[in-house]
Amino acid sequence: MKPFRFVRIADAAEAARAAGHDHHAKFIAGGTNLLDLMKLQIEAPAAVIDINHIGFDTIEETPEGLRIGALVRNADLAADSRVRARYPVLSRALLAGASAQLRNKATTAGNLLQRTRCYYFYDTTKPCNKRSPGSGCAALAGFNRIHAILGTSEHCIASHPSDMAVAMRLLGAVVETLKADGTTRQIPLAELHVLPGDSPQTETTLERGELITAVLLPAPPPGKQLYRKVRDRASYAFAIVSVAAIIGEDGGAAMAFGGIGAKPWRVEAADGLRNGDEIADAVLAGAIGHGGNDFKIPLTRRMIRAVLRDAKEG
Amino acid sequence: MGAGMMEQILQITLNVNGQDHALCLDPRTTLLDALRENLDLSGSKKGCDHGQCGACTVLVEGRRINSCLTLAVMHEGEAITTIEAMEDATISALQAAFVEHDGFQCGYCTPGQICSAAGMLREFAAGMPSYVSSNLSAPALDAAEIRERMSGNICRCAAYPNIVRAIEQVAG
Repeated sequence: MKPFRFVRIADAAEAARAAGHDHHAKFIAGGTNLLDLMKLQIEAPAAVIDINHIGFDTIEETPEGLRIGALVRNADLAADSRVRARYPVLSRALLAGASAQLRNKATTAGNLLQRTRCYYFYDTTKPCNKRSPGSGCAALAGFNRIHAILGTSEHCIASHPSDMAVAMRLLGAVVETLKADGTTRQIPLAELHVLPGDSPQTETTLERGELITAVLLPAPPPGKQLYRKVRDRASYAFAIVSVAAIIGEDGGAAMAFGGIGAKPWRVEAADGLRNGDEIADAVLAGAIGHGGNDFKIPLTRRMIRAVLRDAKEG
Repeated sequence: MGAGMMEQILQITLNVNGQDHALCLDPRTTLLDALRENLDLSGSKKGCDHGQCGACTVLVEGRRINSCLTLAVMHEGEAITTIEAMEDATISALQAAFVEHDGFQCGYCTPGQICSAAGMLREFAAGMPSYVSSNLSAPALDAAEIRERMSGNICRCAAYPNIVRAIEQVAG
């Protein structure tokens, strides 16, 4: 790791202000992704601001749904009785991700902001436009079976790795933030992550110093909630393809996907469709394989059919 | 700041297995390195150093975490429990059960497996579900649940069947 200055700041506004003044600063919460990247010198912040003592670590009822503090640990969110009862797709998605040790440490906001697991992003001997803008994308002609088929560009085909974010995207989550100037705003999760385009190093719409303080969940939509994940081993692996789904009583579906998009992927135009192939046609419109990940296109189609079948059987 | 910056040294107190230890640490020091290098508690093992193998698992405030993926300076004032915690009844019972059931071959992953199992049993007792729980609200601890809940601990000798038996025995 490169040397850095460590500061613990116990006030959220002060932390945001400090990070706003220093573009080489990073917040640390769980640290499970940041420290991994710092060891590899993919991240080399000059200052690390420990925000574990700012509060925002509880789950509160709102008139519509829940407000999840940014520092609620993934394990606690998955186990929360209200989440288990009303948003089981979120519990299931969280439990499908990482290991128990990591879920005990990783936070709600950190999960949303985790970086891709693209092999070439992690390999500092290889070109990567996300890590080193302008250097090229080694994944395009390289090993790309884990990469995205939707929302990519000629500059980056990395997939977003989160399971949790897929369920939150389906549930219509909104992110609450605190900016360096002390103002707050709400960002629909759909607008938090941005597509790579020609600047894959920019991954979110957050401003310098802007701190996620909570995630708001609206009332759970009616219907059966499911999360289905395909990965290379039975546990503790990122999604090759995952699908979060809510299937209404009339069979109409709403779905969001992990493993296939440059960000958590959702096609609202497919909402309400009952037929798996029709949903797949809508979701996969514009999907592009890059050789190693061509199989994700038919696999996603089969996953859609499977989750519809799960809803009928279960 | 940046290259050539003065390296910061922080004075902290770590509470490990019930004992306070005053330390002066570079903030880059992971909790794992502080335990092994500064406190000579070498039971916690460094496998991958990237949170992928679980050999470094310790308990912080009773919860299992990867000590390689956290900074020591983030844990001032917290109760840290390692494999050396002989007074911890669950850890002691697990150690005996791993010996009885031959839950290892080379033994390198064992301290992490045991600390992880201790944390896992507490999570289960608190009603936390897992990915394989068919009922999120009332999970039951069978072998499939133990395997899923222990998936953050890799054993390259593949002693998994006996690890599961050892944990089953302690789970009762």
